[in-house]
Amino acid sequence: MDFTVGVLLATFILSIAALFIFIWSMSSGLFGDGSAAATQIFAPNELGAVEDPAATAKQLGGLQQAMSGERPDEVGMAPADELARDRADQSSSLVVGVCLTLAVIWLVLASFAGLISSIKLHAPDWWVEPAWMTFGRIRPIHLNIVAYGWCSIAGIGVALWLVPRLLMTELVGARYALMGGALWSIGVFAGVIAIATGHSDGLEWLEFPWQVDILLVVGGAMVGMPLWLTLMKRRVKHLYVSVWYIAAALLWFPVLYLIANIPGLHFGVQQATMNWWFGHNVLGLWFTPIGLAAAYYFIPKVLGKPIHSYNLSLLGFWSLAFFYSQVGGHHLIGGPVPSWLITISIVQSMMMLIPVFAVAVNQHMTVLGNFRALRYSPTLRFIVLGAMLYTAASVQGSLQALRSVNTLTHFTHYTVAHAHLGLYGFFSMVMFGAIYFIMPRVMDWEWPYPRLIALHFWLVLVGFAIYFISLSIGGWFQGLAMLDPARPFMQSVLLTVPYLEARSIGGALMTLGHLVFAGHFFAMGWKFGPSRLGAALLGSPAPAKPIGVGASA
Amino acid sequence: MNGVKSIWQMDELRLVIGAMVILGGATALLVAMPYVLLKDVPPPPGLKPYTREQLAGRQVYIANGCVYCHSQQPRDISQAPDAQRGWGRASVAGDYAYDTPHLLGTMRTGPDLLNIGVRQPSRDWHLGHLYQPRAYSPGSIMPAYPFLFEVRKGAAREGETVVTLPPQYARAGEVIIARQEALALVSYLLSLDRTYPALPPAAANAARATR
Repeated sequence: MDFTVGVLLATFILSIAALFIFIWSMSSGLFGDGSAAATQIFAPNELGAVEDPAATAKQLGGLQQAMSGERPDEVGMAPADELARDRADQSSSLVVGVCLTLAVIWLVLASFAGLISSIKLHAPDWWVEPAWMTFGRIRPIHLNIVAYGWCSIAGIGVALWLVPRLLMTELVGARYALMGGALWSIGVFAGVIAIATGHSDGLEWLEFPWQVDILLVVGGAMVGMPLWLTLMKRRVKHLYVSVWYIAAALLWFPVLYLIANIPGLHFGVQQATMNWWFGHNVLGLWFTPIGLAAAYYFIPKVLGKPIHSYNLSLLGFWSLAFFYSQVGGHHLIGGPVPSWLITISIVQSMMMLIPVFAVAVNQHMTVLGNFRALRYSPTLRFIVLGAMLYTAASVQGSLQALRSVNTLTHFTHYTVAHAHLGLYGFFSMVMFGAIYFIMPRVMDWEWPYPRLIALHFWLVLVGFAIYFISLSIGGWFQGLAMLDPARPFMQSVLLTVPYLEARSIGGALMTLGHLVFAGHFFAMGWKFGPSRLGAALLGSPAPAKPIGVGASA
Repeated sequence: MNGVKSIWQMDELRLVIGAMVILGGATALLVAMPYVLLKDVPPPPGLKPYTREQLAGRQVYIANGCVYCHSQQPRDISQAPDAQRGWGRASVAGDYAYDTPHLLGTMRTGPDLLNIGVRQPSRDWHLGHLYQPRAYSPGSIMPAYPFLFEVRKGAAREGETVVTLPPQYARAGEVIIARQEALALVSYLLSLDRTYPALPPAAANAARATR
């Protein structure tokens, strides 16, 4: 008992002290000049100019109109700055193109694995052979392809594309990232085969055997190399908040994954606490920072105006790191784990409202008053939706950690819906938007069929709405039934079936949306469609002779 | 080369140190402390180690992802009616002394299984239920596992275990033979029994006294 009180008190004091240190350090300017850092992502004179390579010329005109009426004459980048940005974008185009292509392939595979799993839950006698098609294998295959195939590799691609833009220089050491990405992809492939053939480690989120995990740890460390090398050549004074998020995520993942997978170290209940320390940190310290980094770049960049409050964004960064890293225990409420551990995790889950609030204020206040821009910018539509669902998923997650709510929702499909709100509603939506922005710059080619972008958006939006709403309601009723001792357990199973069927319909629409997206992606890759090359570029094609100071690094 | 001096300017340094210290703190709290505290928890006297066959069955349980629908952690009666459903008392850390990897689970698409060996001790029931869950549990959404069995025209050979299904599910002229994996899995399920007292009598008394 004394031990429990001691741990809780120490954590509390530490948290409060840390909070005050951050407030003090920000008020005394240790985080640098906020407004200067916030405009770091713009070239001189670029503020006020919108940017969205995914938009058609007409949309771009509408976007500019929505933001500032007429574009002021004095706004616009100097040719030297345009050239520097072209060079920055080109320096990362190979590795980013490879990563995003792999990610899209994994996305399609993941969608089918997910859809099959979903159908199996209400059609249990469907496709019961071969063994690798059984629900207990195809479901973790879905999860692992989503997490380590689609989300991770897309996130790596987007992060690597952002790095040279954020540091205003060319990407250094892209070959390390290419090798790392190759190792990583081989790892995902081998890991999926291992699960399919029954060689899973048995821990959720950590199913890949340790031999495969080595590839992900080494690959994950190597994809971070270009960031560190490029940081040494940076030509910006302040590090924009997206750099903080990306750098931290690239540091955190290999450490997390390494500790979680050391064979023979973890045991019994301790392994369960480790499992959810990892399971929640892979979301909070790997996907979330990369998703937020992208949102923090693309929202202001598309709109041509800096984020609302830069200092708040850094408070958000540090508080996310501190609180998010300790919330894992809320997955074990009611389980055979020490109660102090669960209490700390519940408290920190509630404290997560601070970073969520910081992000919400920043991202939503930046967009506020400019919602008309969403009509014109395909990128923004996905990313603003993702940012909104981030707020929703986070607040929902905090509430779900409360003992009273958790008692009901734990062990039900409600949690599954919540997980998808985070990794799909937030992260994947942001990735879609980012990919729409990035690919025209990577390929020097416009999206050939702009209407497919809208089709993709509406298919996944409607599909996901059906998915989330039906599964949340079904899960809630499932929880109510399970808590009522007067009702037989089988009732909690039977009543979910219609909701599970609705989920399959939603999932089918999402899958269809992904097929549209992938088809469009590869149509662009093969340079289909009307050639409108050049419109997506910022300026005239680069002259042969390099100009601009220090551009030749 | 103005880069050399500014390679590790404050920003980068603060980022790396801050990020790693925070992760270290969380790891100490959620991984290292449970390690230290639980390392020396002795297995309860009533808990038997798994036999070789039961361990093989546990691997079948893992390989086929039973954990994605079944938890193995009954909650306390003050929180949920798990005990009233016959799932057993709230589990304690010692109950998992031989459980690596842990299989606590996060879903109850199906019931908790920590005491399934007590609740349903029939080997025949389990074998038939694995072959066709709906033959025993109408409305169940558990998948059938035909790949754990062999269906053959004619008779079973010496030493083979034949699965007897309820009459309306049995087909004339066919025998269903449980493969090694199915037998091992059932032997693991039957071993799941944590009905012994959670604490040895002395400790239980002490706990009651302090309450």
